[in-house]
Amino acid sequence: MKRLLRVILVVLLLALLLCLPALAGAAYYTNLASQVLIAALFALSLNLLVGYAGLTSLGHAGYLGLSAYTCAWLMMNLGWGHLASACAALALTTGMACLFGLIALRATGISFLMITLALGQILWGLAYRWSGVTGGDNGISGLTRPSPFGIDLESANNFYYFTLLIFLLVWGAIAIWVNSPFGVSIRGTKDQPRRMSALGFNVWVIRWVTFVVSGFLGAVAGLMYVYYHQFISPHSLSLANSAEMLLMVIAGGAGTLSGPVVGAALVVLLKTVASAYIDRWIMLLGLVFVLIVIFVPGGLVAGAGRWRKRLEQFWNPLKEKP
Amino acid sequence: MTPALEVIDLSKSFGGLQVTRGVSLRVEQGERHLLIGPNGAGKTTLFNLIAGDLQSGSGSIALFGSQVTALPTHVRAQHGLARTYQIVTLFSHDSLLHNVKLALLGKSPLRHRHWGLFDHEKSLTAHALEMLDSVSLAHKANLPLAQTSYGEKRRLEIAMALAQKPRLLLLDEPLAGLSAQERETITALLQKIERTITIVMIEHDMEVALAFADRITLLHYGEVILAGTRQEVVSDPRTREIYLGY
Repeated sequence: MKRLLRVILVVLLLALLLCLPALAGAAYYTNLASQVLIAALFALSLNLLVGYAGLTSLGHAGYLGLSAYTCAWLMMNLGWGHLASACAALALTTGMACLFGLIALRATGISFLMITLALGQILWGLAYRWSGVTGGDNGISGLTRPSPFGIDLESANNFYYFTLLIFLLVWGAIAIWVNSPFGVSIRGTKDQPRRMSALGFNVWVIRWVTFVVSGFLGAVAGLMYVYYHQFISPHSLSLANSAEMLLMVIAGGAGTLSGPVVGAALVVLLKTVASAYIDRWIMLLGLVFVLIVIFVPGGLVAGAGRWRKRLEQFWNPLKEKP
Repeated sequence: MTPALEVIDLSKSFGGLQVTRGVSLRVEQGERHLLIGPNGAGKTTLFNLIAGDLQSGSGSIALFGSQVTALPTHVRAQHGLARTYQIVTLFSHDSLLHNVKLALLGKSPLRHRHWGLFDHEKSLTAHALEMLDSVSLAHKANLPLAQTSYGEKRRLEIAMALAQKPRLLLLDEPLAGLSAQERETITALLQKIERTITIVMIEHDMEVALAFADRITLLHYGEVILAGTRQEVVSDPRTREIYLGY
């Protein structure tokens, strides 16, 4: 019964996602949906580190930036094609994640957070100061969207469907990965790293692999980001952006598959809707975050689960508490 | 025969505090070895050094004839070392079954697999249920850890250690904090363990521990004061003076 309900829910959600451009009517809303999906990609990739491995990172925007800048620079300056520049961006960013992992994973907890913060700031500094290559504060603009299999992604609808496809692929891959034997061992290293080593797991390697995969998926999200905006500037690598991603993960529910998506939708929608009405929308974002931390500390998804249980209790008071 | 464990002249300091001073220890294969000593004698530290949680300052550790002094914890585990902890360190968000399956996974090549549902890993599940059954916990397999008693957690610890098919098992106070009845259960469990597994145990319950041990080492302020057969150590006046206190 529960399983059937879940399947129905997933089918409904998929149908909604597929029909969204038709329902939205205007390209504005379709684009908004694309932005939510791209933000969700970031949050999902960061969630691997924060939620599953228990390693809170404040440098995730660096992957977005490196991947986006590499792609944009190769296309604009060397005239590379879409496929070649995308592959190069993914490879370079993943390579950097390998290296950053070696440095950052010398520590855990707050020290890990500070190292990732420092590494992220280095990339931000490079983007900002190395203006000969990055265009400095002006960033790089003017690149086009790819047209895979002759489908023109310049149209809002087509781009949305392309983003949706990538999102579903990444989401599915993460869902499989975190439930695989290796994925389960990632969660183990979060809860009891010492016990995990005693059981024969190489905790460091498990963390490092998670770090690199998280970086790779961050690079994928970075590509989608730069294709969407067709522009990249140092602002996208800023600490504020990293913090915003972390906010999405925590607000939605770290260590869950749907939490980061819910969090991304919340942050992007709030930002877009609220910024139309008030100037100080960041304050509103902060307020929402504080409320979430106070009332649903595990994130919205975990909170929703608790409320559902309470409702069930309310309807069936005789049912035994689990 | 090569000894299961051979520790030679092992030392460890935390800053100015020397907690392990030139400890040498030899445990034959199949032996039941008891470590005793007052609080702060360095028994758990010695376990942490043997398991690799702590790196020694000097000295050497060999498991079944191979040097492991410089090897990290997880490699020592792959050499056949398993342990239980004084303070229960289990995966508290998961079920009992999940805990034992993780212990099995640690020794299985499956741990490198990135696809396929861990929960549906039938071979692991069957084996884990068998292990839980051996400590009479099979009926609670799917309960979250939070809903089990302290005694059940200790039994789970032992099941997890045994699931790893260790050659050398380190038991850190397996009876601590248990009721009389639970003590009996665990004692019976420990006596059932086959002699193919060598056991080193820290335990303060002398009634149980003495009946269990073949050989005993007495530690005091990080030093080995006395080592010998059960009879030798128990009848030595230093044991009474330092440890038994009468």
